[in-house]
Amino acid sequence: MNSARQNPFSTYAAHGALILYTLIALFPVFVIVINSFKTRKAIFREPLAMPNSDSFSLIGYETVLKQGDFFLYFQNSMIVTVGSLFFILLFGAMAAFALAEYRFKGNMIMGLYLALGIMIPIRIGTVAILEMMVQTGLVNTLWALILVYTAQGLPLAVFILSEFMRQVSDDLKNAGRIDGLSEYRIFFRLVLPLVRPAMATVAVFNMIPIWNDLWFPLILAPAEEVKTLTLGSQVFIGQFVTDWNAVLSALSLAILPVMALYVIFSRQLIRGITSGAVK
Amino acid sequence: MTALSLTNVCKSFGSVEVLKDINLTVEEGEFVVFVGPSGCGKSTLLRVIAGLEDATAGTVNIGGNVVNNIPPAKRGIAMVFQSYALYPHLSVHDNMALGLKQEKQPKSVIEERVGKAVEMLDLSAYVDRRPSDLSGGQRQRVAIGRAIVREPQLFLFDEPLSNLDAALRMNTRIEIAELHRTLSASMIYVTHDQTEAMTLADKIVVLRDGRVEQVGSPMELYNNPANQFVAGFLGSPAMNFLKKAPLAIPENGALGIRPEHLRPTKGGRIKGTVTHVERLGGDTNLLVSTDEQEALTVRIFGQDGTLVGEKIELDFDDHAAFAFDAEQHRVTFAA
Repeated sequence: MNSARQNPFSTYAAHGALILYTLIALFPVFVIVINSFKTRKAIFREPLAMPNSDSFSLIGYETVLKQGDFFLYFQNSMIVTVGSLFFILLFGAMAAFALAEYRFKGNMIMGLYLALGIMIPIRIGTVAILEMMVQTGLVNTLWALILVYTAQGLPLAVFILSEFMRQVSDDLKNAGRIDGLSEYRIFFRLVLPLVRPAMATVAVFNMIPIWNDLWFPLILAPAEEVKTLTLGSQVFIGQFVTDWNAVLSALSLAILPVMALYVIFSRQLIRGITSGAVK
Repeated sequence: MTALSLTNVCKSFGSVEVLKDINLTVEEGEFVVFVGPSGCGKSTLLRVIAGLEDATAGTVNIGGNVVNNIPPAKRGIAMVFQSYALYPHLSVHDNMALGLKQEKQPKSVIEERVGKAVEMLDLSAYVDRRPSDLSGGQRQRVAIGRAIVREPQLFLFDEPLSNLDAALRMNTRIEIAELHRTLSASMIYVTHDQTEAMTLADKIVVLRDGRVEQVGSPMELYNNPANQFVAGFLGSPAMNFLKKAPLAIPENGALGIRPEHLRPTKGGRIKGTVTHVERLGGDTNLLVSTDEQEALTVRIFGQDGTLVGEKIELDFDDHAAFAFDAEQHRVTFAA
């Protein structure tokens, strides 16, 4: 940044605001993580205190790892999240390419129709979805969740990706056509690498709600062998007694994979958000 | 043999007619330049020839075959784009080789042709680099190389020099002219820059609003324009058009005189005041407002001491002037 245009006060103010926001956003996570390492008594006596030699305990983690099929839940969550992201990105990018690249009757209407899903929450259709899943025999399968999440993620994916695909140079695609590349190769080899930052953005926006979702796993796949992590953690929350150690430990563990996925996407993500602003 | 012939080619996007009944032939080995103001349809015409757009009506014939329903890759053409359009993930070598690989050419042929192109374009130091590591001029040479290796019947250039700076533009222009001499291939070149058109072309096609205004060699068009548009479009500074002329011209018509054909003469037929002087060193342009309040440009070779605000009297040779009627068509003088 140009130092002549830099006002020290506004720099500090901006940093102050960002630090404040970071603290507020991280506070609940912080409380969950520290309390997961404490004894039950310590959690209730001083919820904000750091674990010390007296209050330190791994009882929650032990419970989580012993009770229930925690690794299975983990695996289920992972399969559902990665599977949904894969289909969202694949079909979203394909639809976006068609909308951005080809002139056909109803292109505009089709784009609007696909974008409509952004404004209508998919949960409104839960009952109908459940009926459909029952009829197709998909209840209590991971496919049920993957399909629903794919449907839920597609509108935003198409919307964002088609905007980015319009920015890919026409000349480049035409050069590919003249060199004899098929439309599929133009899409996969020329266009997709150039919209990778946008793909990462879409992936992150979709990943977290899918990972954290409780609603659809509870309704569509509550069976033991297909439980996701969020749903699996609920076993520790009882009507009368809640095993807080176990709940907090389970939640702390659940953060890890999302963080790993986020790190993978984040370098691309930042480029995606700033591209256009910084040429 | 004819390299390209267009018969009654029309193109519309929805209800907008972009190309209207274009008829044109390009002979083997000819360098043809499409020139016109922006939005005149010249790029669209090139894209119709390339097969990137379908003609709404009419036939496109390349090297004796009607290619209306043939995809771009099989038309025997190669194209160079304004934005270079190199494949960002491929090296210079692979950028050039991709088209040949798609044609399933044997490896030896690919290497031979790419090697020849690399040498011709002086790119041997860069074969393994990615396009992002090259300068604008080098990128454009790679783009030209990608076209050369395909050994097409017809080269298409879509404003290839527009993204280059002035000095590089001139160098590359000369390179393209040399390339045309060495390959003696048929080339079509689209530009809005009349200098490129005049210097490169065997034949210029002037387009306006999707119509061909005139076709001819650069000097034919310069010395013998068919209408006021062509007369005004070619030549820099542009031709002067006088509504109130000292010669007999059609009603509502105009008298056209090129700036270099006007000369300051005592007792000349046009009187006016100098409003601005542009001194370019090699020549001097005077902007003159005539006593009839019409603007004129006068080009004087060499350096000239005329000052702004001076009264000036100008004259010209009658045979160097053009007359245009009210519809802007060229007419011969009545007298």
